[in-house]
Amino acid sequence: MSRALIVHRAGPALSLQDEGRPGWITYGLSRGGAMDRLALAEGAALLGQPVGAALEMGGLGGRFEAAEDMRIALTGAPMRATLDGAPLLWHASHLLPAGAVLEIGPVTSGAYGYLSVGGGFAEPEVLGAQSAHLTAGLGGPVEAGARLAVGLDRGGETGRKLSVEERFNGGTLRVVASLQTAMFSEAQRARFGEEGFTRDNRANRMGVKVNPDGEGYGVEGGLSVVSEVISPGDIQMTGDGAPFVLMAESQTTGGYPRLATVIPADLPRVAQAPAGARLRFRWISLEEALAVEAGYRRHMAELRRRVEPVVRHPGDVPDLLSHKLVSGFSSGDHHDH
Amino acid sequence: MMALDQTGFPIIRTAGIDGMLVSFGDRLEEAANRAAIAFRAEVARAGWDGVSESSSSLVSCYLRFDPLALSHDELEARLRALIAARDWLQAELPGGRRLHRIPTVYGGALAPQLGEAASEAGLSEAAAVKMLSEARVRVTALGFAPGQPYLGLLPEVWNIPRQSALTPKVPKGALVLAIRQLVLFGVTAPTGWRHVGQTAAELFRLGDERPFLLAPGDEVMFPAVSEAEFEDLRSSPGGGARWEALA
Repeated sequence: MSRALIVHRAGPALSLQDEGRPGWITYGLSRGGAMDRLALAEGAALLGQPVGAALEMGGLGGRFEAAEDMRIALTGAPMRATLDGAPLLWHASHLLPAGAVLEIGPVTSGAYGYLSVGGGFAEPEVLGAQSAHLTAGLGGPVEAGARLAVGLDRGGETGRKLSVEERFNGGTLRVVASLQTAMFSEAQRARFGEEGFTRDNRANRMGVKVNPDGEGYGVEGGLSVVSEVISPGDIQMTGDGAPFVLMAESQTTGGYPRLATVIPADLPRVAQAPAGARLRFRWISLEEALAVEAGYRRHMAELRRRVEPVVRHPGDVPDLLSHKLVSGFSSGDHHDH
Repeated sequence: MMALDQTGFPIIRTAGIDGMLVSFGDRLEEAANRAAIAFRAEVARAGWDGVSESSSSLVSCYLRFDPLALSHDELEARLRALIAARDWLQAELPGGRRLHRIPTVYGGALAPQLGEAASEAGLSEAAAVKMLSEARVRVTALGFAPGQPYLGLLPEVWNIPRQSALTPKVPKGALVLAIRQLVLFGVTAPTGWRHVGQTAAELFRLGDERPFLLAPGDEVMFPAVSEAEFEDLRSSPGGGARWEALA
């Protein structure tokens, strides 16, 4: 029997996502990949394996079964999850025994949850990635009845967790000036960094709309701007003056004026802001943004070292003595270098 | 952000924290597009460490790089040196380009807005078909959908406006026209441009050595075929499109 994750029921926005497929911008194909790259890295760290593809679940999960015993990790937006009816901790790894039923319900905060598997998903790559690019029609959503191939798992640890910084209810997004910032008036640029915004209902893998508390944004003659390249995080002003933060599956070029760009470290916070979440933007210099980027990469590289054993409630553990042995053992080679 | 106070092109601007853009104009012009394509070919040839990807769009060349491995100052200095090395507006287009011939039905039920476009251009339908089927246009950029080209520039007579309303849907393979440009649709989509021709081209084919039929700088002709010929081409690989290498 081949290693596979069987999908019995699927929410409307399930797809396999990895770090996307760079290198095709000049042909009109954006990189795509997971909306919350940090959640992808957290899943890999919990399973002690390189970053690969995970199942991205927008808003709602599904019902799953492992064809063979399998390790899983649950990261990103917290969702109600149970294993044969028993609640499962989020931001943690677990054993999913063959035949057991994994139920993943709606998000309790945030927007995108991720299900990673030990050994990683092993579906065929298209142009070097497993990611579905829904906008471009490369691959498609994962639907009920799917049987997703899973690679060989070389690891064995489960029952581990990560402490994760809150990023699932909006907050402050740091932005840098970009291509067309100077086209906007000084007053608009200043107001952008001061007022509050609310995440609109309209959001998908292409972009997230945010409504300003005050009036809309725009530039004189903004509709005749020559099309220029789009980077994820670019904040585009469309006709009604409400900003769109462009995300993983944005188009590669666009002619609407763009006010600023959200830095990569804050894109997970954009992706995870649920409808109605309050957001602010804060201008930072390029120098500061590069320092933040260095810290962000360091944080991702250190995730594996931050993984720690789940400390159970004494009532859940039949034998306190063995529990002590387990925790003593676990502190050995995972906490420090 | 840099160079926005400059008045003369080319200008260099940052894009996010990991992109730099060299622009040769602020509106679509033949020379600026040619410069962007030629400059991008040179950047790709240089293969600088730290540069992960480059692309050309209508009037600009974009570089995505790792700013922690290659500093903004260093990359900008290299780009300035490359800009100064020649007059890019006079540059030849790079080698390795292709000339494509994509059979096209003009007008009729398959391309219902030919008459409207011809009349906007002040031409008879027959004269419009003759001009469009003999025109040789360049892929100025690809975008909107994977492998979907913007092509130009057509003769000045084709400087016709977009429609005021959107056509809700044109089929995959539709050839649409506005402001001296053509777009060949890779997917079924709405458009404000006029649907003058229909092709059976496959712009994106997985499994091919180069999955995208067209690249920036390629040239394309849309020779006219009858509806009967077109029906046969629908079932042939690539919709009857052929290409040859440009010297």
